[in-house]
Parts: sequence; structure tokens; C-alpha cells
Amino acid sequence: MKTFSKGGVHPAENKIAANAPIEVMPIPKKAFIPVGQHLGAPAKPVVQKGDTIKVGTLLAKGESFISAHIHSSVSGKIEKIDHWIDASGYKRQMIIVGVEGDEWEESIDRTPEIVHEITLSKQEIIARIKESGIVGLGGATFPTHVKLMIPDGKKCDVLLINGVECEPYLTSDHRVMLERGEEMLIGVSILMKALDTKKAMVGIENNKPDAIAHLTSLAAEFSGITIHPLKIKYPQGAEKQLIKALINREVPSGKLPIEVGAVVNNSGTALAVYEAVQKNKPLFERVVTVTGKSLAKSANLLTRIGTPIAELLEKTGGLPENSGKIISGGPMMGKALTQTDIPVSKGTSGILVLPDEESTRPETLTCIRCAKCVQACPMGLMPYHIALLAAHQKWEATEKSHVMDCIECGSCQFVCPSARPLLDYMRVGKQTVGLIIRNRGKK
Amino acid sequence: MSILKVSGSPHIHGDQSVSKIMLGVNIALLPAVLVSLYFFGLGALKVLVIAIASSVLFEYLIQKYLIKGENTTGDFSALLTGVLLALNVPSGLPWYMVIIGALVAIGMGKMSFGGIGKNIFNPALVGRVFLLISFPVQMTTWPKAMVSRSSLFFNGIDQSLLDSVTGPTPLGQLAEHGVIAQPDYISYLMGSMSGSLGEISAIALLIGGLFMLFRKIITWEIPVAFLGSAAILSGIFWLIDPSSYADPLFHLLTGGMLLGAIFMATDMVTSPMSRTGQIVFGIGGGVLTILIRIWGAYPEGVSFAILIMNAFVPLIDKAFKPKQFGEVVKNG
Repeated sequence: MKTFSKGGVHPAENKIAANAPIEVMPIPKKAFIPVGQHLGAPAKPVVQKGDTIKVGTLLAKGESFISAHIHSSVSGKIEKIDHWIDASGYKRQMIIVGVEGDEWEESIDRTPEIVHEITLSKQEIIARIKESGIVGLGGATFPTHVKLMIPDGKKCDVLLINGVECEPYLTSDHRVMLERGEEMLIGVSILMKALDTKKAMVGIENNKPDAIAHLTSLAAEFSGITIHPLKIKYPQGAEKQLIKALINREVPSGKLPIEVGAVVNNSGTALAVYEAVQKNKPLFERVVTVTGKSLAKSANLLTRIGTPIAELLEKTGGLPENSGKIISGGPMMGKALTQTDIPVSKGTSGILVLPDEESTRPETLTCIRCAKCVQACPMGLMPYHIALLAAHQKWEATEKSHVMDCIECGSCQFVCPSARPLLDYMRVGKQTVGLIIRNRGKK
Repeated sequence: MSILKVSGSPHIHGDQSVSKIMLGVNIALLPAVLVSLYFFGLGALKVLVIAIASSVLFEYLIQKYLIKGENTTGDFSALLTGVLLALNVPSGLPWYMVIIGALVAIGMGKMSFGGIGKNIFNPALVGRVFLLISFPVQMTTWPKAMVSRSSLFFNGIDQSLLDSVTGPTPLGQLAEHGVIAQPDYISYLMGSMSGSLGEISAIALLIGGLFMLFRKIITWEIPVAFLGSAAILSGIFWLIDPSSYADPLFHLLTGGMLLGAIFMATDMVTSPMSRTGQIVFGIGGGVLTILIRIWGAYPEGVSFAILIMNAFVPLIDKAFKPKQFGEVVKNG
């Protein structure tokens, strides 16, 4: 079975919510909609306090090249445009909406029937995706329309769909593939048309045999789409690792996937593309896995953007007494949240609750040079060495050690028997070296 | 619920820890320890107990009174140094020499560098080589397997009994009398020959090595490169002149070759970090061992070979880095 060749680890899968069908999460009383939910510049608000809005109304426009529009997920009145803490732990601009009813923009097609025929042209598709504020739903939230604009001289010969979901605990992509598989594959066909490519490959890790079987039978009806089971290995969902696993091409250091003729999109993103293009529905809701061994139940909730995560935790039986950490995303790459009134955003793939005893890192010991971090690094780096260089602030040497290639997957720190905070140091290194490189460019 | 904890990812940690790894190596050495107790009896027991107890004690004392750091004896690494030191000396070694060996191993080999993770040379080998140079007679007086099981060999050996209870190792015979006409490979495999405590049974050492591979404590690179290069080099000599050079199998099964390649050269702290670096390190160790055995003043060269290669580790780490993802583009 296919997989990537270098490094990788096997954390316990803990896919507790794998068999929980997608449930619709009740609409919040108040929605906190961040204007920066994507990689790139935050969108600029185009509404004001007191405005009456509907579900799907454009709230903020992404004006920079790498940015995305933000739409309302609820109907009601804008109470204020203020700053509120988001998953990053910082206060960010948010549009706070007092919810009244659930009135949708008329332009959105709310009928349940599945629209197969793709009538829009390539340019219209990309424009629609941009207008709908679609971003990568795997977690990186890169604006999708930017990915679809292939630079001159480059050609995309294969579209890769990421159904790997290699993060432990998370199951939202799994459920989308299982329950919305047909729409998702239409979304894939739309993306193929936008990219002018005849070939798409969906990569799914082998711990989701039901999704593999389901999509394989559906894919027979679609031209050019094939389903590929992958060996279970973290971080296979990382873009470069997925490309290596599926088509055995290596994206050069510092380059984008298009360099090797590939574009990667998440399976959840493909569904959002379907809804935007075929149903004219902007991105204002997504499936969020709410899970944890200590929760009364784990669930996959179709949630409106802006819903405070406290409400999702209520829905799954409340936050247990002994909880120590709440994580937005998976346990390997997710962000630990500072409070429970942080809203769900486009990139929230899951909410994971860890009990107190699992929330503290093991004691840090001296490096015993076991080389497990070197063996685990999927990018072929020497994490122990980079961490040492960054700790001693040897920035020139840190840069030469290719710290910028680090994808922050956390495999090194996960395997370290001395529990050294390797990724913490690598992040410090990336940040400082990144700054040095940018300043150099200015001179 | 109290206050939420916040930290950078990853939020989960694998099940590996330093003490688990060190304990794992100790467990892997158990077959060799049992074989030594079987063939050398009380003498082996004496050496093991003294080496382990004094290694742990010296680490505790140095940590407490000299370094004034936290007690690290709980990580099983001092225990491991004690076991390895014991397995690298003959069972007839006087008790005080074992203690001196442990003091040098822990004090000079490990703690003087700052303790676990910081040392450049394999501590047990530092202790062994110190003993070999300081007490060459006692370190090369090899009790015969099975014959001397009830003797403690305290304070040296009665000279009149010496020849009946001790005998040369196969490598000693090789160095002194040339190629052994009919090597007894079965006894080399099982362990009924003269030698250091832990080097006599190839089977026991291989079982330990497989256990460590299976538990991912070691990887294959160093042992395979070490043994492979030793086999190839000794094989070349043997093919040139079988009457004056021993065959590769003889070299692999005798002396400290397996103990060194599987347990000493693979010491994480003192071996290279990258896969290619580990292979280079292993080849260096295997080649040096055979060169010392063939041309050196000592019949055995594993300890020296590993220590010499230990010294090259920083250079090897600098020269051989892992191949990066996306460094050389190979599309297909």
C-alpha cells in the first residue's frame, strides 16, 4: 500500500467519533464571526453595527491577493464589530451578530436534490469559489481560489484530494466522505474543470475502509477520479507528504505543489466547492468533530461559523470536571484554547478535550542522542540539532539547517524519549529566520 | 474545572522514555547475563553484583556531592553501564579492580562530561580499557567455562591451580599459535569458551539484539555495518591465505565482536545521528577491529575500535546529514 517514504510516526488513532453520523448543531443565540479565518490578510468589514443580515450575507471582503470573503452564518442584527479572542489566543476583529430566526439569502438553493451537471465555465467557477469565501478546510485555511489560479508556464496534470485525516481523534472528513460522498465527488469534478485537468486522485488512509469502499463505488460514475487507500502514517495529510505518497513526486524545498504539476485540496473543501458552485451557498458552516475520551459522547456536528465552542461542548454532554486542555484541531497540530467562548471558524476541524492528567507534558530530560527525531522527521531534518541552534540563537546556522522546511507536524517531539520541546524551538527558529529573510529582501 | 492548560502542539507524547529505553537494553542483556552465570558461576555473580552496585553508587555520589544535580540513577543508565562493564571483563577479576573499573567508567567516562547524554565515549568501554591497560595480567586471565563455577577468584588465583581452571580465549590462541585447525563453532555459539562474561555466547547476544530491534531501541545500521565490514575484511585476508588468517565466521563469533557491535557501538549517546553516519561509523568499527586483531599488539580490538570511532562521531555528524525532503528532485 502507498505511503510517503521519509519519517513519520504512529500515534494512537483514537477515532472515537468515527461512527457518529453528522448532526446539525443548533443555531447559536449570538454568533462571533472573525474577519480573519484564513491564511493571509483579514477581510475588511462591509457591514455596520445595526445592519440586518441574512444567512449568507457578505460581511467582509477579502481584498488582498491572498485573502477570502466572510459571510454571515446566521440571520439577525449586527450588535457590534469588536475584538474577541480567537483560537490563536489573540484578540481579533469579529462581527458579533444577535441571532433572530434563520432567514437565508434567496440566492442560495436550499433544495435537497443533488445537481450533477456543471454549467459554469472555468473562470466562472474560480470567481464563484472566490465570492463564496472557500478556504482549505483541512486546517491550513489557504484561500481555495488562489490555489486554482495556476501561474503562467505551469500546468496542473493531477488534482489530489486529501481524505487522509491523519490526525488522531478527528473524523469530520471521514463522515463527509461517507455521508456526502456524491456531492464531494461532484466538487472534485468542478475543481478538475477549474484546473483544466482530466485526472484526480483521492487519498484515504486505510483506517477508513467504509469511506474507501463507498467512494470507490461512487467514483465509477465519475470520469477521471480514482480512490487510493494509503498506509496509516502521520503526517500523511501534509501536502508534500500526500503528493509523495500518491504520485511519488517530491516538491522541491521552498516550492509549491504546482512545481511538480499537482494541486491538493481537502475532501471537505471539495464539498464546500460543490455547495458554492452548484447551490450558490457561501462557506458559513462546516462539520466539526467534538471528541475526547472523557466526554459523555463524541459527535460530528454541522456547525455554523461563529458558534462559541462552549455550545458544542454543551451538546456533547458538557465539559467534564477533570478537563485540562481544550484543543482546536487534532492533538498533533491543534491549538490549545485559552477559554470556551472562542468561536468555531472555517479552519475548526475538531474540538478535542483532554483530561488533566494528559494535559501536562512529561518532564524534559537531557538529549541522549537517540536519533529518533531524525528518523521521525518527514522532511529529513535534524530536529535535535535545529532546536539546539535556535536555543543558542545561532540564527545563521539555524537558517542553514533548513529550519524553514519544517512543517511543524510535531513528529520529533512526539517520539522524543527525553520529552524535549523540539517543536517549540523549531517554531522560534522559523519565526526568527523568517523575519531575517524578509528583512534581507527589503534591503 | 480549573484553569485550562495551554501549550504548543503536539499535545500528545509517544510512549518512549529514557528510562524505558535503558531498561530495554538491560532486559536485552539478560540472556547474556544468564549464560555468564551458567558458565562462570559464582565468579560471574561476584563481578556483576560489584560492577552494578558500584556503578550506581558512584553515579549517585558524584551527582550528589560533586555535580550537585538531581539524582539520575533512576533512569537505569548507570545500571546499564555496570552490567556492560561486568560483561566486558573476565569472571576472575579481583573485586577491587571491578570497583576501580566502575569508578573510571562512571566518573571519567560519563559524569566528568556532565552525565547521561553528554559523554563522548562509551563509559563501560572507558572502564574496560582503563582496566586492560592498568591490570593486563588479571584482565587477560580467563577462567575456563564450566570448570570454575564454584570459585570466586577473590584476590587473584592460586598459581598452582592456574592452568587447570583458566585457559586462553580463541582469539588469544589465534594470536599466539596461529589459526586454530578445527574451530569449535558450536561452543562459540553456545558460550562454552574462555572469555569476558558477556562475550561468550553468540546466541544469547543475538537474541538480545533481535529484542532491541523489535522494540525499536536500536536500528539495524550500526550492527549490520559493523559485522558486515568485519566479515568482508577478514574474509579478504582469509581468502588470500587461509593458513595464517582465521575465517570470517571465527572472527564474528569470538571475542567481543557481537557484544560490541550489538550493545556497545549502538550506544545512542556515542553514535552518529543520521542513517548514513551510522553506517560509516559501523564500517569504521568493523574495519578497525579486524586490523587490530590481525596487526595489533592485542589479540582483541573491539573496545579500541569503538572508542576510536566514538571520537569521530562529531565529525561524522557534520559530514553525513540525512537527505532532505525536496533536496534532490526525482520525479517519476
